[in-house]
Amino acid sequence: MIWQIDLAVLILVLICAVGALAVKDLMGAAILFGAYSFLMCILWAVMGAVDVAFTEASVGAGVSTVFFVAAVFRTSRRSKD
Amino acid sequence: MKALALAIVVLVGGLLISATVDFPDWGDPASPAALHVSPRYIEKSMEETSVPNIVTSVLADYRGFDTMFETTVVFTAGVACFLLLRRREPRPGPSRVYRHRASGVIVEMSQAPDTEPAPEVFKRIDDDWTPHDLIVMNVCRLLIPFIQLFGLYVIAHGHHSPGGGFQGGVILGASVILLALSWDLRTASLRMKEVATGLMSAIGVFIYAGVGALALAMGGNFLDYAALAPILRVDPVAARSLGIFFVEVGVGLAVMATMVLIYKNLASEGRLDQGL
Repeated sequence: MIWQIDLAVLILVLICAVGALAVKDLMGAAILFGAYSFLMCILWAVMGAVDVAFTEASVGAGVSTVFFVAAVFRTSRRSKD
Repeated sequence: MKALALAIVVLVGGLLISATVDFPDWGDPASPAALHVSPRYIEKSMEETSVPNIVTSVLADYRGFDTMFETTVVFTAGVACFLLLRRREPRPGPSRVYRHRASGVIVEMSQAPDTEPAPEVFKRIDDDWTPHDLIVMNVCRLLIPFIQLFGLYVIAHGHHSPGGGFQGGVILGASVILLALSWDLRTASLRMKEVATGLMSAIGVFIYAGVGALALAMGGNFLDYAALAPILRVDPVAARSLGIFFVEVGVGLAVMATMVLIYKNLASEGRLDQGL
């Protein structure tokens, strides 16, 4: 592990996580959540857990983002709180 | 109230972060988790199952019972989405929208016509949001077979490289979802009908449980693939490797069909006629 890359990715993970919670636009939150999943996938791959990274990339960053976007399209785009 | 919530969050978060100091180091071979059963898996998995990727052999063989119920969880999620979202009644306002293929002019009819116009002249499109992008449609049409081929590779090659039934199934399902996104939901539904998605997700779980029950019938334990050796006409070690492949195929089928089922119901509000 190169700790500089690790630190940069971890900071980006934090930014994405807080952003996904704070953003009022639910579409933006869904996309931020996908970015969060992809950064987590990079972290898993760096730690040598390649199977978990693969699952995170396909399920977390891929299909679940599509599900979120589809759900936002069929409900409301603005968060109430 | 907000201040109280913030205080509790900061307190609990601080406690959790201070607790991580006591964690074993990353990759520490002397950590409690690495001392119990891991050494046995690492040393014996190759000679017992002839599967180089230890993750796959643990997932589908040593802990096969866990994975069977993970597949069941995916299947149950699909059934739950179907029961919650599926609606039989048609959309309010039976207007139909068509695009004239040659000119790109969009025609809206206030009610559904008695006879569908010729599909090679007028193409039916969704009511609300239908981008018509030639590049996106054709690039996706070219890519989808390769994505599906890669999904099959991931399922079949899970013994030797990262991957397996879950990842391969998700990739296969995502290829159908990509078709629905780039063309429309009706095109994807022609390729993979609702009955097919429901049946395939059930058949996937059935294959997994069936392989286990077959091992039981052959005199072994449930999901003990070595007992399948007389049927497969190989030695018990190769039988375990083959048994892993069979259950991975079951997992892949169930996951692919469930992903498509959930997407269709989500995107079309359960009516399966039009969607994203």
